[in-house]
Amino acid sequence: MALLEVADLEARYGWTKVLHGIRFAVEDGGITTILGANGAGKTTTLRAVCGMVRTAGEIRFDGARIAGRATEDIVRLGIAHVPEGRGTFMQLTVEENLRLGAYARRATGAPARDLARIYDYFPVLGERRSQTAGSLSGGEQQMLAVGRALMLRPRLLLLDEPSLGLAPLVAREIFRIVRAINREERVSILLVEQNVATALDLADHAYLLETGRVVVSGPSAELRRDDAIRRSYLGY
Amino acid sequence: MEIFVQQVVSGLATGGIYGSVALALVMIYQATDVVNFAQGEMAMFSTYLAWSMLNAGVPYWAAFFATLAVAFVGGLAIERVVIRPVENAPVLTIVIVCIGLLVILNSVAGWLYSYIQKPFPSPFPAKPFKIGDIFFGAHDLGALGVTLLVLVVLYVFFRYTTLGLAMRAAAQNPVSSRLCGIRVGWMLALGWGFAALVGAVAGMMIAPIVFLDPNMMSGILIYAFASATLGGFTSPGGAVLGGLIVGVTENLVGTYVRFIGTELKLTVALAMILIVLLVRPSGLFGRVAVHRV
Repeated sequence: MALLEVADLEARYGWTKVLHGIRFAVEDGGITTILGANGAGKTTTLRAVCGMVRTAGEIRFDGARIAGRATEDIVRLGIAHVPEGRGTFMQLTVEENLRLGAYARRATGAPARDLARIYDYFPVLGERRSQTAGSLSGGEQQMLAVGRALMLRPRLLLLDEPSLGLAPLVAREIFRIVRAINREERVSILLVEQNVATALDLADHAYLLETGRVVVSGPSAELRRDDAIRRSYLGY
Repeated sequence: MEIFVQQVVSGLATGGIYGSVALALVMIYQATDVVNFAQGEMAMFSTYLAWSMLNAGVPYWAAFFATLAVAFVGGLAIERVVIRPVENAPVLTIVIVCIGLLVILNSVAGWLYSYIQKPFPSPFPAKPFKIGDIFFGAHDLGALGVTLLVLVVLYVFFRYTTLGLAMRAAAQNPVSSRLCGIRVGWMLALGWGFAALVGAVAGMMIAPIVFLDPNMMSGILIYAFASATLGGFTSPGGAVLGGLIVGVTENLVGTYVRFIGTELKLTVALAMILIVLLVRPSGLFGRVAVHRV
């Protein structure tokens, strides 16, 4: 069953229409990736799911319509978004950043256990828990962003270019953890990623966006064999 | 020497009051990036409410806390009704709205209560007490203690509670805060509520010294601006310390520099604003804003 179902999704910034009716789904427990060149509308798609841009069309999470609802309410349903640029609270400490991730489920919270789990995934964050987040390196801030999202104990994780600007080794580490989160905690993932080879390795389904339209879609294995994708995005 | 110590002590007392108004300014500035020019008038108006209650026979501390509650709700309401619609407007628009609010509150207070000065009671004993050769005004020390207490309470609230953390987060990074499920609009409104509450405390501590009238805060607001500028507009503790420094400096300069005396004291505050802005614009404890380009 699909956890997230999107149909006829349109989005615009002012007069500029960025998404022209796209359709995609994230299976419960699955990883879906959205591929495409710069400006294709990948980030906008994630922002649309979270109610951060004006949209038209259908967005269903766990069967319920969420299009048009406020971001704060969508987050409370268990959708965590690791935004473009990481969204770090630079002047707060690492631990405060993480605690904010659990804010939306304050009533049920046992943050001490959640913090321990995050420090388990990212030991470096544990070492730096009382430093201000602004003093972290880019890779550490990306780990912090993922950690903050996990503090929500989300059912769906939206990841916007988690490897952007990171050294290949750091990026590989982050993807290893993303895979672990998906397998061990059954968190479904919607991934936007510039590194197409990695994204196709990780995901079970993939959608290729071009100027706001889905041009190719299907299981990742099929897309990897697709000639157009191979030539344009994989480079062989 | 006795005169010197005496002046320092009374400087600390008035400085504490400047500090608490400065604290209110800093709170709103940190939460919303707005310098609230109406802060003084909000405090004055709250103090009149306390006066009405006291006049009706309500005991002092009951009136005190009831005033804090009303001020909090009032601050919240002002943000929701007056500031919210211009939230994303240019700074100048917001400044003009605040000044409009200042004028409105001032004239409404004048219309309701007249411009005649009224005495306002102090909760502390009237009799000064003596340690060594130095006299301490009980109200001065009490006011200073109340200011420090407010500072400690605010510090604990912002540092150790989830709501305080959420308010700091909302001020720093609204977009990310929404993604954490924080209702940013309400956090900003809460910031105004708390600032109004702190202002009300300051008003009720000042009124016994300067008497209650609709213009009682106009001079004090300038001292508060000097304090906040000196301490740094991004540092609550700095604002209070700035207030103490301003209070002591103005007293000492007024006492020892003949041509300044009591008439030119306010000029000292303005001169301090100017010097700080020229030499160290972020203040003593303020964070220097760094923008990545």
